[in-house]
Amino acid sequence: MNLKRYKEVVLKPLIDENPITLQILGICSALAVTNNLAVTLVMCVAVISVISFSNLFISIIRNYIPSSIRIIVQMTIIASLVIVVDELLKAYDYETSKKLSVFVGLIITNCIVMGRAEAFAMKEKPLLSFFDGLGNGIGYSIILIGVAVIRELFGSGTLFGYEILPLVSNGGWYMGNNLLLLPPSSFIIIGLFIWAIRSIKSAQIENDEFEIKPHSTVPDLTKREINV
Amino acid sequence: MNESITKTIGVAFCVCLICSLVVSFSAVSLRDLQNENKLNDKRIKILQAADIYNPDEDIKEQFLKLETKFVNFETGKLMDTYMDFSLEEYDPILATRDSNLSSKVPTSEDIAVIKNRENIGKIFILRNDDYSINKLILPIRGYGLWGTLYGYISIENDFNTIAGIEFYDHKETPGLGAEVDNPKWKNLWPGKEIYQNGEVSLSVIKGKVDNNDKGAQYEIDGLSGATITSRGVTNMITYWFGESGYSKLFKELNYES
Repeated sequence: MNLKRYKEVVLKPLIDENPITLQILGICSALAVTNNLAVTLVMCVAVISVISFSNLFISIIRNYIPSSIRIIVQMTIIASLVIVVDELLKAYDYETSKKLSVFVGLIITNCIVMGRAEAFAMKEKPLLSFFDGLGNGIGYSIILIGVAVIRELFGSGTLFGYEILPLVSNGGWYMGNNLLLLPPSSFIIIGLFIWAIRSIKSAQIENDEFEIKPHSTVPDLTKREINV
Repeated sequence: MNESITKTIGVAFCVCLICSLVVSFSAVSLRDLQNENKLNDKRIKILQAADIYNPDEDIKEQFLKLETKFVNFETGKLMDTYMDFSLEEYDPILATRDSNLSSKVPTSEDIAVIKNRENIGKIFILRNDDYSINKLILPIRGYGLWGTLYGYISIENDFNTIAGIEFYDHKETPGLGAEVDNPKWKNLWPGKEIYQNGEVSLSVIKGKVDNNDKGAQYEIDGLSGATITSRGVTNMITYWFGESGYSKLFKELNYES
């Protein structure tokens, strides 16, 4: 057991290699389920367990998976885990599962899960893969929780449903920001997060893929000498 | 060799087998809990429609405040027994799948597109201390845009004024038709009236209701961007409070008191 390696796979995805802010994966659910902190937390737990266990199981059978059907095998395992998580939620937290509705099922399409399976679990040992999933899940959760805190606090003036900023409509002084209740606001918040993280960790700044050339101008035909 | 056809099929088969076992095991072993949750969810909606729900108390306990009755749609009479069904377990929605327990609604009358209506319905009564009726909670359903909306509507003891409405299942578009769940919209319902000169007049209109308007008590604000859902709710009200719905029950109850 190489403890340093374990520490690395868990800690690196938190900020340095965060799946959302560096790899820009899993944005869809980050938009959809972050207007309420309690719901977000349940979603985070669901995603963390799906990534960790899919990494674990895929890593266990990695040497037996024929490469021609490896994506389908990974998907089957991920999908089964998601269904189990969905069933568990319906049984033990019905209210939240109703609020999350299709988004639990959509964890299947969360690129982070598939990405970790393909990039890490197919090559590394089971336990290490499990911790890699854990780290990435937590990295995903940190951003989601951050977005959810901002959206719920400034959108509806509450956290976990408890009133923090009393809304004008309830006789208080705070005018809720309705934009924050709508999914697109997460785009803006995640954008700000990326900006903040990259200003501190400048290693994350990507090189431009292309360079913008200065504007071209139409050549002045009147001044051109024409040789006839 | 990992790449041989037999190995590929073998691995695929084993993965599928194990995964399906895991999935079906979790589905079967958790089914009871899930059904209980669904039932409680329905009970909460019934209590909310009657506006007597208290989240801190046990749901089953609170539900005992309500009296459950069978209602015969043909005669409008309330009944305590129906074949060998128990009041608690009888499910009118299940009954619509059995041709002995339901009847086909003629297409011309089927404005809410419910297709089959149960012969015997199940309603809930909230009584005052002197046993007089306080509120009735009636199940309603009807087609919206993507599927059937299922809900409960509660009526004051004049059998005309609405006390509350809740939907417990629907497939409407989130943000548009699914706004039927929005508390703001549901709060528009209490105090509205159903019958005008004996006709069902309550409808979800387009746009906002002008409260100075003459017929304002028969109108509900439309759901913006959800014309078809709004129309579906209107049709639902028209059907369930019409002749083939609960209007006979109301006549019978008025006659009794």
